[in-house]
Amino acid sequence: MRDARNKPLASGRPATIAAFKDAALVGLATLGLGFPILAYRTEQNISNQLIIEPRWALAFSFAGLAFALRLAWLMTSAGRSSIPTWSMPVLSKRAGDTISRAGLGILLAYPFLALWITGPGGAIKWIDNFGIQILIYVMLGWGLNIVVGLAGLLDLGYVAFYAVGAYTTALLSTHFGLSFWLCLPLAGMFAALWGVLLGFPVLRLRGDYLAIVTLAFGEIIRLVLINWVDVTGGYAGISSIPRPTFFGIPFNATETGFAATFGLEFTPLHRLFFLFYLILALALLTNWVTIRLRRLPIGRAWEALREDEIAAKALGIDTVITKLTAFAIGAMFGGFAGAFIAARQAFISPEMFVFMESAVILAIVVLGGMGSQIGVAIAAIVMVGGTELLRELDWLKAIFGKDFDPTQYRMLLFGLAMVAIMIWKPRGLISNREPTIALGAKKSISSSLVREGHG
Amino acid sequence: MGIELCSWGDMDYFLQQLVNGLTLGSIYGLIAIGYTMVFGIIGMVNFAHGDVFMLSTFISVIVLLILTQILGISSIALALFLVLIAAMVLTALWNWAIERVAYRPLRGSFRLAPLISAIGMSIFLMNFVQVVQGPRNKSVPPLMTDLLVIPIGTSNITISLKQIFIMATTALLLAAFWYVVQKTSLGRAQRACEQDRKMAALLGIDVDRTVSITFVLGAALAAVAGVMYVVQYGVVNFSDGFVPGVKAFTAAVLGGIGSLPGAVLGGLLIGLIEVMWSAYFSIDYKDVAAFSILAIVLIFMPSGLLGKPDVEKV
Repeated sequence: MRDARNKPLASGRPATIAAFKDAALVGLATLGLGFPILAYRTEQNISNQLIIEPRWALAFSFAGLAFALRLAWLMTSAGRSSIPTWSMPVLSKRAGDTISRAGLGILLAYPFLALWITGPGGAIKWIDNFGIQILIYVMLGWGLNIVVGLAGLLDLGYVAFYAVGAYTTALLSTHFGLSFWLCLPLAGMFAALWGVLLGFPVLRLRGDYLAIVTLAFGEIIRLVLINWVDVTGGYAGISSIPRPTFFGIPFNATETGFAATFGLEFTPLHRLFFLFYLILALALLTNWVTIRLRRLPIGRAWEALREDEIAAKALGIDTVITKLTAFAIGAMFGGFAGAFIAARQAFISPEMFVFMESAVILAIVVLGGMGSQIGVAIAAIVMVGGTELLRELDWLKAIFGKDFDPTQYRMLLFGLAMVAIMIWKPRGLISNREPTIALGAKKSISSSLVREGHG
Repeated sequence: MGIELCSWGDMDYFLQQLVNGLTLGSIYGLIAIGYTMVFGIIGMVNFAHGDVFMLSTFISVIVLLILTQILGISSIALALFLVLIAAMVLTALWNWAIERVAYRPLRGSFRLAPLISAIGMSIFLMNFVQVVQGPRNKSVPPLMTDLLVIPIGTSNITISLKQIFIMATTALLLAAFWYVVQKTSLGRAQRACEQDRKMAALLGIDVDRTVSITFVLGAALAAVAGVMYVVQYGVVNFSDGFVPGVKAFTAAVLGGIGSLPGAVLGGLLIGLIEVMWSAYFSIDYKDVAAFSILAIVLIFMPSGLLGKPDVEKV
């Protein structure tokens, strides 16, 4: 197979035959892969016995598709020895600023645009499922970016801090009646505390090992949340968490509610608008703090740590403090996001904080190009927005039949997209870096020159 | 958390749990070899390996049903033998394809890329099985229900035939695997690549092929674990790859990552700890125990029980 690709397929029939042979092999392999798992479907029959139903057509059509795609690929790329690499144009500082400003403007106007274009009925979906959902992941991505992108500490248990924030808010507000605005900073503080607590034992670890230990910590926290039923309610979770208020004015239809106070007609959209701007503000706060911190000595210490821990130590950087602050600040933003999600849903359960969430957040950071703020935002929009968009593809039912449910394929495509983006651009979507501090003119460099961090 | 004092002295109960623990441990050990071999040769935590194991359980269930329902094979022993062969071949094919598509293009790329690709593959496999086979639990009727009662002193311990089958098959296949790695040229190439990939390439070893073979062998052993899992528990679900995967990885780490005997030893230990923990302490926190061991071993003893210490080079 490899021989066929590496040989210059310059001309004539032998190349075509080789391509056919190669594609036939790929088709055959696909048929082999699909043999039991695609070709037979297991079903429970009426007497609760497992039976199998053949559906060879599906297996054969996949094999045929693989054959056709491989053939098309070989035919069109014949003569080329390798895939051309495409890189994002390096933006000048001014262009980058313009794009950021335009993006910010669109974000600020987004709820109104959604309302204007889709009307009150459609706007709920567009603001809630798309706007707020994506912004939560943008914020989590930016928070994790501090740990992974700047300090180079690979954290696979970030969702633990998100959970700590959410449970802090839920418990404090349901048991002690604290308002959302008090819970928010407390959630951040508790999450930061947990960041330090969990960061302490892993100071010596690096790379993959660090990733696995943080994964274990994340799972331990989730399992404790499940099993400590007296406090956390176990699988049932915590419900009726008070909603956030507009500086003490609740979003309801009562006399003292937001609508009545400002002389507006009551609609649930008010709360959504408020939540949208709240998460936008939190996300922008994360971004602003990150950008500022990068210029402070601590931010530069993080980046030094990422590039070379031993050299950083030799130059007198206190690696313990540097690592712990990265964990704590990253965790704090996770905690803020957790406080927000608890107040937004009014319900939390351990199911919301599974490992898959950590993986998705880390994927967003890496796919965006580690350390790039705008890249993380783009990755969140593409990955979360793209999969949410699948819910909208009802017209596909017309093609594939009534039973076809595009939402089933959300995570499947998410996984495939992760693999595809890694192969296409291993350094993430935005793969050039601008130095934080420079003498004279700043020059962007390819992130291939940036170490991934073994710390 | 009811600790019954009488059960501490109950030898009978202890031996019973010992057998259960070794059975579970054999399954973990078989999966752990896949992790440890891949880590040894390309230095990557193959996150999708747990899901490859899950896929193999589905393949074994479907092949078993094909054999019994369509081909009408009534002999359980023959059916299981065929299931074992088919599951090993097909799972190996899957892992070979996964390596070709998702990991090989990233060889030599920066270190996080294969990890992210593997996480993506894990998400894909899990959801692929969910989409094509449905989200519900799939259970097969119990296989090999015969019990064997062994009198020890005044009491008896009961070992089911399937537990003997699982342990015997595991031991047999591990011996075969050991032979392949230690005595054949294939195994020599594999070990050479593990020590120094560049040097092995210079000496004429096809590194890509060797890595492929590593994935194939790892998947074949995971498939054995998958068949054992189906025989022992009889229920498969698309989401049952992650937790056994993490526990097997814990086993690999505990035994010393990169070490094959270590993986088996670690697997047996993790299986025993899990079963004993559930038997004497609390079943709710058994997964917490496994994850805690993972964290503690990695923090305090990163080279594991049988691994070589990692020398830091400046």
